[in-house]
Amino acid sequence: MKIVVCIKQVPDTKGGVKFNPDGTLDRGAMLAIMNPDDKAGLEAALRLKDQYGAEVTVLTMGLPKAKDVLLEALAMGADNAVLVTDRVLGGADTWATSTTIAGALRNMEYDLIITGRQAIDGDTAQVGPQIAEHLQIPVISYAQDIKVDGDTVTVQRQYDDRYHVVETKMPCLITALSELNAPRYMTPGGIFDACKAEVTTWGRADLKDVDDGNLGLAGSPTKIAKASDKVRKGAGEKIVPDSPEDAVSYIVGKFKEKHII
Amino acid sequence: MDFTLSKEHEMARQLFSDFAENEVKPLAQEVDEEERFPRETVEKMAKYGFLGIPVPKEYGGQGCDILTYVMCVEELSKVCGTTGVIVSAHTSLCIDPILTYGTEEQKQKYLPDLASGRKIGAFGLTEPGAGTDAQGQQTKAVLDGDEWVLNGSKCFITNGKEADVYIVIAVTGIVEKRGKKLKEISAFIVDKGTPGFTFGTKEKKMGIRGSSTYELIFTDCRIPKDNLLGQKGKGFNIAMHTLDGGRIGIAAQALGLAEGALERTIAYTQERKQFGKSISGFQNTQFQLADMATKVEAAKMLVYKAALKKDEYRSNPKISYSVEAAQAKLYAAEVAMEVTTKAVQLHGGYGYIREYDVERMMRDAKITEIYEGTSEVQRMVISANLLK
Repeated sequence: MKIVVCIKQVPDTKGGVKFNPDGTLDRGAMLAIMNPDDKAGLEAALRLKDQYGAEVTVLTMGLPKAKDVLLEALAMGADNAVLVTDRVLGGADTWATSTTIAGALRNMEYDLIITGRQAIDGDTAQVGPQIAEHLQIPVISYAQDIKVDGDTVTVQRQYDDRYHVVETKMPCLITALSELNAPRYMTPGGIFDACKAEVTTWGRADLKDVDDGNLGLAGSPTKIAKASDKVRKGAGEKIVPDSPEDAVSYIVGKFKEKHII
Repeated sequence: MDFTLSKEHEMARQLFSDFAENEVKPLAQEVDEEERFPRETVEKMAKYGFLGIPVPKEYGGQGCDILTYVMCVEELSKVCGTTGVIVSAHTSLCIDPILTYGTEEQKQKYLPDLASGRKIGAFGLTEPGAGTDAQGQQTKAVLDGDEWVLNGSKCFITNGKEADVYIVIAVTGIVEKRGKKLKEISAFIVDKGTPGFTFGTKEKKMGIRGSSTYELIFTDCRIPKDNLLGQKGKGFNIAMHTLDGGRIGIAAQALGLAEGALERTIAYTQERKQFGKSISGFQNTQFQLADMATKVEAAKMLVYKAALKKDEYRSNPKISYSVEAAQAKLYAAEVAMEVTTKAVQLHGGYGYIREYDVERMMRDAKITEIYEGTSEVQRMVISANLLK
């Protein structure tokens, strides 16, 4: 079985989020870590490897320093690592990101692709399912348990107050929740081996069947008006309107101000 | 000269730090309070290879260098001195002499189990009448056919009852050197469960209370002839060389304790308010913290230098690292005692309460000035090299 795990280097939000004056994330002021949902996805892959003997490849897209999360994945037990990095890919939204990653995956053999549900720096949960769409394979999202039997994958899909049991044939894509498992630590020897291992680096030219118009900032339909820390919620604002009409007018005004409508 | 850590070492430090924070710190207070050996932590450390860091892969180890091992003991000791010394005694005092002096058969027999943590190691040199003075040894080993017969006892043995494999130093005869009659000393490997090998009392200690410190008793204990470690009569050199390595481990433990106490004191002095402001706002606090941090940094340089020197020794056994090890242990242990004492003082009344980590750290720090050669013995080693 060949498993590709898509991982992302994200800022560690444990100590709070730091912003630049222009509202973008101040990544330099925050430690970089492997996205927690992705790490759970990697652990799930490594457990399948322990159980069934799979070959696990980790794939990331990002700046050259994103190689750090690949080294961590190798030190945890992944077999191969691929870094997709190119200046023309910078500023990608979920559409351009999934297009890029699908372009890389078309060069690779896989039975199972695992991504995290969402990254803690963007919280969109879109990239995994979009990759599956690009590759025309089934997707099961929000996995809280994964079992493999032959070429069949059975997943417990988390859903509000219950879970769904979903079954599909491989090849398929699964998005993992951080609740899926407790990821293993690296080993000291694994670290030394990882730092000696070769990390495959691909650029734009290595992506298969992708259109330049769908890559990087230029190929990103999403425009970010403002970014904020979702964790810190203010006390809120209490308004006592004079009439229901005033209340509606105020709320609609706020929606427009916040680009909700 | 480059003070920048390699990528490998940076990642290893992060690993040890994460493990210590998540797995060791939550148990540290309980382990101390109940004088309980943290078996569950040892099993987790075994799973992740922490018990065989500097052991070559061919013997089931991690194949890393001494600096990585030192960083492991340091990070563990930042949160729990007990856990730090368990790894140090196992690695430096049991694995290292087998790796350095063992026959190929002994390495194949013992190292895979020790490096994987399936078995724990210990080292028995100290006796009621003989500590660093190895000539005071009373434990005897007599060859009888294909077996050595051990009689005597060892005290203050770290990992005592929890270990499975013991390096034991014993007298094997009398030799004459320069007209003087001296005890011939040899080293042996003894397995737990060997008939005639039992345990005495468990020591109740001031610090590192979760560490299993026991007396080992040998009564007509018969071990195979092949369990002689190194050459007969070379036991004193083996013991002293083993302690050189052990001192680097204890120096790392002391360094970790000092760093842990400093970290907690920095945080506490920023939180604690007196006279309307944080006590970190007072110049006395600032100067104390500055002195503590500077000494910790100096200790770190000596400890890492000793680790690098031992790494150099591993590829060139002609060189010695005993002075570097003695200096690292002497300084780091004294800094650990000073910094933890100041940490308690800066915590005020709370520092004297067991709920606060610095209270435990101060008690743990004291032993680093005593075991594996007291600070006075380190000064003897250092000055002997200056005056030779």
